[in-house]
Amino acid sequence: MTIVAPNSRAISAIIDDAPEIRRSILLRAWIFCRRQPLGTFGMLIVVITAIAGLSAEWIAPYNPTANDFAAMTEAPSWAHWLGTDQFGRDQLSRIIFGARTALIVGFSCAIVASVAGMVLGVGSAYFGGRLDLYLQGVLDVVMAFPLIIMALAVVSIFGTGVHNVIVAITIPLIPRCARVLRASALAIREVPYIDAARACGFGHNRIILRHMVPNVMAPFLIMLTAFVGQAILAEASLSYLGLGVQEPVPAWGLMLQGGAEEYASTAPWIAIFPGLAIALTVFGFSLFGDALRDALDPKLRDR
Amino acid sequence: MYRYIIKRLLLVIPTLVGAAALVFLLMRLIPGDICVVRLGSGGGTFDERAVQACHAQLGLDRPIFLQFVDFVWGFFRGDFGISMWSGKPVLYEIAARFPVSLEIAIMAVVIANLIAIPLGTISALKQNSPIDLAIRVFSIAGLATPSFWLGILFILAILDFSQAAFGSPWMPPIDYVPIWQDPLRNLSMVIFPALTVGYRTSAVTMRMTRSAMLEVLREDYIRTARAKGLVEHIIINRHALKNALLPVVTLMGIEAAFLIGGLVVTEQVFNLNGIGRLFVQSVQNQDYTMTQALVMLVVAAFVLTNTVVDLVYAWLDPRIRYG
Amino acid sequence: MHIRAGLMAAALAAAVASTVPATADNPKSGGTLTYMIPADAPPSLDGHRETTFATVHSAAPFYSVLVRVDPNNPASTTDFVCDLCTAMPQPTDDGKTYTFKIRDHVKFHDGSPLAAADVAASWNAIIHPPEGVTSARESYFVMLDKVEAPDPATVVFRLKFATNAFLPALADPFAWIYKKEILDKDPHWYEKNILGSGPFRFAGLETGQSIKGARNPDYYVEGLPYLDGFTAIYADKQAVRVDAIRADRGAMEFRGLPPSSRDQLVKELGDKIVVQESDWNCVNLVTPNHKKKPFDDARVRRALTLAVDNWHGAPALAKIANVRTVGGIVFPGSPLAATKEELQTIAGFWPDIEKSQTEAKRLLKEAGAEGLKFELMNRNVDQPYKYVATWLIDEWSKVGLQVTQRVLPTGPFFEGLRNGTFDVTVDFNCQAVVNPLLDVGKFLPRSVYTENYGNYDDQKEIDLYQSLLHETDAAKQRALMREFEKYVLDTEAHMFMTPWWYRIIPYRSYVKGWKISPSHYLNQDLATIWLDK
Repeated sequence: MTIVAPNSRAISAIIDDAPEIRRSILLRAWIFCRRQPLGTFGMLIVVITAIAGLSAEWIAPYNPTANDFAAMTEAPSWAHWLGTDQFGRDQLSRIIFGARTALIVGFSCAIVASVAGMVLGVGSAYFGGRLDLYLQGVLDVVMAFPLIIMALAVVSIFGTGVHNVIVAITIPLIPRCARVLRASALAIREVPYIDAARACGFGHNRIILRHMVPNVMAPFLIMLTAFVGQAILAEASLSYLGLGVQEPVPAWGLMLQGGAEEYASTAPWIAIFPGLAIALTVFGFSLFGDALRDALDPKLRDR
Repeated sequence: MYRYIIKRLLLVIPTLVGAAALVFLLMRLIPGDICVVRLGSGGGTFDERAVQACHAQLGLDRPIFLQFVDFVWGFFRGDFGISMWSGKPVLYEIAARFPVSLEIAIMAVVIANLIAIPLGTISALKQNSPIDLAIRVFSIAGLATPSFWLGILFILAILDFSQAAFGSPWMPPIDYVPIWQDPLRNLSMVIFPALTVGYRTSAVTMRMTRSAMLEVLREDYIRTARAKGLVEHIIINRHALKNALLPVVTLMGIEAAFLIGGLVVTEQVFNLNGIGRLFVQSVQNQDYTMTQALVMLVVAAFVLTNTVVDLVYAWLDPRIRYG
Repeated sequence: MHIRAGLMAAALAAAVASTVPATADNPKSGGTLTYMIPADAPPSLDGHRETTFATVHSAAPFYSVLVRVDPNNPASTTDFVCDLCTAMPQPTDDGKTYTFKIRDHVKFHDGSPLAAADVAASWNAIIHPPEGVTSARESYFVMLDKVEAPDPATVVFRLKFATNAFLPALADPFAWIYKKEILDKDPHWYEKNILGSGPFRFAGLETGQSIKGARNPDYYVEGLPYLDGFTAIYADKQAVRVDAIRADRGAMEFRGLPPSSRDQLVKELGDKIVVQESDWNCVNLVTPNHKKKPFDDARVRRALTLAVDNWHGAPALAKIANVRTVGGIVFPGSPLAATKEELQTIAGFWPDIEKSQTEAKRLLKEAGAEGLKFELMNRNVDQPYKYVATWLIDEWSKVGLQVTQRVLPTGPFFEGLRNGTFDVTVDFNCQAVVNPLLDVGKFLPRSVYTENYGNYDDQKEIDLYQSLLHETDAAKQRALMREFEKYVLDTEAHMFMTPWWYRIIPYRSYVKGWKISPSHYLNQDLATIWLDK
């Protein structure tokens, strides 16, 4: 009998048409990469940023906070790949360490906000009635509240520093997540098997955890990845306004404040690279989040 | 249905009072004293008595509860009081700056939609083609780029380009004239911030248009229309687009909040005398009356928009109402 | 040679470096000057009430003052000339009475004449404000008893004690002359309105945006002002101001730009730009909180100042920040300032930094504060606060101190200062007219000078200061000042200095007739400015 040479397209076609075949993780990942080139690119950026952030001490060529008054505002060169800023600090090292700050802020805000949003959103949808109404009112207020006031208040009362910036950014994000997850949860709540479960005498926790939460997992993950990018952008804006992380902590938004504009004409690398880092990282997370959503949402998959 | 409407509308009032309480409290928790800032920021010496006199004049020596009641009652009457920083009525200060922000916001939304809707439609029609990929990259870049960084780069580019092309650098005017006074000068000032803010809004709208279009295109009635042999662009314009645009329109209400956020930083970068800048100033100066008024206006607009959206959704989807 | 590069030398250097002609050659009349004010909007345009330069830059052209720093020699700290008076008087009555004659034919912008009564009324509003009215500079004039106008052309100032701190205080650029009739009727009128007798008339204010003035045809100095008018645009962001000068959307700003902006503008615009530079009567200080351990120990405080290398740090900082001159507590270039040799005997100014740092480490060890960790509170302003703080932290790390910075916006920063919720803070001392006797009051304990934030008491220091203030012999006064300086900066190390600020004004070369002064509050009525285009 003839042995047919493996044909990747044929294999994909077979796999697609055979929903019962259990797919190994590797195969799934491969399918994902092929289907979503943008998403793969995004994931690559995320991974690179994560590696930079985690191993900053080992890969950064210089100490990010060491002033070097002899090497101020130097253009990119072999000694300093991305140039130096007005204090003579190496930009590349600051950007690498800045990745750590960005990821800490991004992930902390995203995780806390999404989980809190899920608790509030699902709980609100499940219990309904007056609790839902009041909670929505409170969430409306917090969501409409301008980020800058929240940030200024938190920062002024509790001081600057990464933890307080995280608090300031997380608070406005929670109601956004809660709203979206509540909408999804509401759709599920009306399904008959929830009432049946109640009739069987199952407790609230069990129903919520076993039936409702798994069904909002898709939007939850999407919000989570979206929040990482939004949190990084928010931190950048706050630092630009002077309300975020403070000197001499390396953070991308902070690098764009003050000095960057002052030197934009004479030393543009001070303004360009941190902004590029922010844009690329958020870009990566957004692409990844998009791909995730496409993968999880059956309606949008290709035919 | 009517009970839901009444309930939802009634919720607006305690929401606004809650927001008022929150902003009132937050402002007063921030350490700092506007009188001290006024008298001391010059770096010289000032008298404690001057500070007391200033407090008395601004009404800061009254009991907290009275100040709060005054504020809330004034808000519902439309009387926002006097700015603690400049001594002029709050509404006067806001009205002086409102046209700038409004013009930029409108231009930004117009530009955004002019870019976003056609591009989003094309992207949906040609899903997964290189054009789709390019458009998606373009739109995600709009979401990922910090708007103030874009603004900085814009100004840099304008200055350097004009220097290279015309020999002397050109930059947009730094003082605002209304559009009816000098349209060319006005537009030359407003176009760049509008583009900066509009890019981000267009990104969101583009993505929403694309995904809504994709959903609609899979609907049965589109397949039927195609089967009937209708010309493609009639299908798109008459059937698909209208339905796809519904979530887009509702999205615009929510995007308004992001727009305001974008305005705040963009007005700083381009030196525009708008509401965003007034906001930042009044928070940093600890001008309680002004900040409270601005926050309440933003919150009120947002709450009302959301209420309308909720009501529309409830009307569309009966499952969402509950007794 | 930084200590001598004080005011005199800087003025000379500036005259050489810039192309400002030594004499005004055929000033042309006409034209509108467009300049920028580095602020969002001043709280009000009432000079008696405000302390911000934004008020001066906005409204000084509309008003007259009694005496002022000589606009043709603004670098001098002892040269005061008349604006509304006819001649500078000699004090009588053991130095306790000054009698001024007021000019003729001075009119307010509404046509009414200005007389001595208006001058007296304005000054009384400053030194003894009525109930409910704020006067920001009341405490500057403790030596003044009262001001009288015995006849329409004479104003008499009666002092409580003789002191040569009076004339510089009198030349305060905020001491605008208001109309007595209005002050009597409504003491709050000037908080919201403008009516003066200055070279320009008020021509419109767009709140937060710009303020405009038009030439006053009835100005009492013949031929002035040269300009037809001015437009001042509020532009808080520095990048915007620099770009505006580059693109000629505005000719200049009157506060000061950092060295990088100057370098950029000079490089790009060549001879279309002129730069004037001067030492600035502002300085950042470091104030340890004496109520927080271990800063109650003078050894720890001395260690803090000994660790810092001012002599090498200043030139490096001068490239990126608005600082330059190393100096003591008195404005460098003033006759009362210390010479370099005198400074080098004080802690923090030793010529041998190795020796200084070794001593600092030794003191820390002795006080049991080796490897001390603390927080430096700072204000959220780039130039030069944050640059100076970053430099200080770096210097302190060389003696083993681990310092982090806590940066606060202006409001909470002041609150922190007043409530003493800091370990060590960056402080500042900024005065309008160079008046060393009053300016060094900043170093006195809170019980005497409310803007001292160190939380300490020191009767010996107060006594030293009192003898300094009342001393009339110049040589003896200088010696006392040296003693006071050493006591404050070295023996007790209550607070210590960082390099003095440095004012850099690059402007379009078609602007003529303006001379830089050591303070951004001075010389702002624009009467002598003309445009060469």
